[in-house]
Amino acid sequence: MGLKLLLADDETEYVDTLAERLELRGYEVKVVHDGTSALTSVENDMPDVAVLDLFMPGLPGTKVLAELNRRHPGLPVVLITGQTGENACGDGPAQQAFACLTKPVDFSDFIRIVSDAAQSRAGAGEEESSHG
Amino acid sequence: MLDALVNGFKRLWEVSDDVSPQRYRALGRLLSSLMIVVSVAPLLVLSWINYNQYQASMAREIEVPLRDVVQRTRTALEVLLGERLSTVSLISEAYSFDKLASDGDLAKIFHAMRGEFDGFVDLGLINEEGRQVAYVGPYELKNVDYSDQTWWREVQVHRKVVSDILSGARGTPHLVLAVGHLGEGGRSWVLKATIETRQLDRLLATVGQSGETDIFLVNREGILQTASANFGALFKKCPLELPQASWNITAGRVSAPNGARFAAAYASVPDTNLMLVAVKPEAEFMRPLSALQTDILLVLATGVVLIFVMTVVPMKLLMKRLQASDERRVAVFAQMEHTQKLSSIGRLAAGVAHEVNNPLAIINEKSGLAMDYLNAAGDFPRKERIVALIGSIGQAVDRARGITHRLLGFSRRMEANMQQMQLAEVIEETMSFVERDAQRRGVELAASLDRGLPEVTSDRGQLQQVFLNLVGNAVQATAEGGRVEVTLKGLDGDFAEVSVADTGCGMSREVVSHIFEPFYTTKKENGHGLGLFITYGIVRRLGGEIAVESEEGKGTTFRVAIPYVKPEKQA
Repeated sequence: MGLKLLLADDETEYVDTLAERLELRGYEVKVVHDGTSALTSVENDMPDVAVLDLFMPGLPGTKVLAELNRRHPGLPVVLITGQTGENACGDGPAQQAFACLTKPVDFSDFIRIVSDAAQSRAGAGEEESSHG
Repeated sequence: MLDALVNGFKRLWEVSDDVSPQRYRALGRLLSSLMIVVSVAPLLVLSWINYNQYQASMAREIEVPLRDVVQRTRTALEVLLGERLSTVSLISEAYSFDKLASDGDLAKIFHAMRGEFDGFVDLGLINEEGRQVAYVGPYELKNVDYSDQTWWREVQVHRKVVSDILSGARGTPHLVLAVGHLGEGGRSWVLKATIETRQLDRLLATVGQSGETDIFLVNREGILQTASANFGALFKKCPLELPQASWNITAGRVSAPNGARFAAAYASVPDTNLMLVAVKPEAEFMRPLSALQTDILLVLATGVVLIFVMTVVPMKLLMKRLQASDERRVAVFAQMEHTQKLSSIGRLAAGVAHEVNNPLAIINEKSGLAMDYLNAAGDFPRKERIVALIGSIGQAVDRARGITHRLLGFSRRMEANMQQMQLAEVIEETMSFVERDAQRRGVELAASLDRGLPEVTSDRGQLQQVFLNLVGNAVQATAEGGRVEVTLKGLDGDFAEVSVADTGCGMSREVVSHIFEPFYTTKKENGHGLGLFITYGIVRRLGGEIAVESEEGKGTTFRVAIPYVKPEKQA
């Protein structure tokens, strides 16, 4: 199944390569390089999972996450950061994310987590639709 | 000299990190000596002035009565001698030679004289050859020749003469009063009366009587004319060097050849060759002064000793405290510097790790993509080799990721993972992980844990990491047969202390000073040099302290102080 992903990261080399690998595996990937574009992209074309870099020009990942949570509570968000540690994304809004991954991300882990995130949405999606 | 002192002061007062005992000893010595000099010098000057003033006033006080005695005695002497000389003179004027030469008349006159004045012994008439032609008195002196006597020669010149004290032909001390007379027809004669010296002695004794004062007469040659209490009997040579006396009374100090000193007042007796001298031994009147001197010396000595003790002892204490506080200050500064340095290094390391992670992610994805394409592509020459190469890139990335992740562990933000726990339990749990390794290495692992301590609110996982790291290091540093002991005890205040002591190889000071820095390792092969760096970061974040003592060849002890409750302020 071709999951629809939004990748938002200002490291173009990184995010473009990651997108190419995902596309090779049949994902439908939309790449943006800043937070504002990420929000616009979601409005225009709702993805199954949004993958956000924590630090981006314009809106940082946490702000985007908060905004997305407000507008589309059902949309699962995965954060990626150059920070490390069990709590690399910090407390607060990041807690709302489905997962927080640290660079460099192991590709197979990435695939697994994105799939899980999409599934979580599928589970909650019915709920969301029933609420209208 | 002054410059040297000022320089010494400047050097010592400079706030210096030199906390060597010599510096404080030198400072203490300088301050002590300064205080002692400043206190003792005025004391000495004051005592000296006091003593001299007192001496001067003593001297004045002694001179006044001496002058007075000389004055009074001389007046009395002048009266005594003057009256008698006038009497003799009157007789010589009133009677003719023939009248006086008649023994009967002379006796009558003598009798009348004696009735008027005490002390006349005899009366004689001497012709111009010096022969006594008439005589009244107790001795047989008629026809005695006086022409060789000093007074005889003097009377030819001065007419009225009072002689020195003589013993003369009779062997009894006496004084001759002689009056020359130039009679009518060129015939000259001399009337001579004798006074016994008892008169003089009595006069000196009564008028001059005053305490220890010694009053006596000397002639021009310095021969005593009356007995002196200090210088001997009549006719002895007076040993005092007295300058020529004048009518004015002179007062001053004189010394005898034997070294005895006297206060003296002296003056000449008019119309005679006599000098009246009053002396008082210095020892007599200086007795109060020497008592004062003793008192002053006693007070001075006591004062100096007290000043010395009260300066040196408190100064020593002061210096000790100063040194202790300086040492504390230096230690605190060193500690602060160390902490600052490590936290800077930590921030730098985290920054670097973060920056490295992004290109590392790119390498990771690029190599992954390359592998994706390789897998999709058909066989081509050396495909296997290229797959292996790209695989190696992935492994290298993993390795680098491990390093950056550990580096970031130092400054990783605090997790809200605080819980209450018994430190003893955490330590035991941690030690169980290391036990097997310790057994394999033949190292004894011992614990001495105070289980009565209050519970600690901290991060259990991170504390475990700290203990595991420290105990693991200790076991590795200890040779077979050695011992690692973990101790838990309460410290004063709000801290519990966990110490890990080993009997291993120990570390040099150089190693100890770098031990908490990242990538500093002494384990050549299997150490990444981040263990203690991260341990340090964790302990600081938990609000604790970590310190190490080590002696090469003896062993190392790490001490970790853990607060029972983490302070609000972020370390």
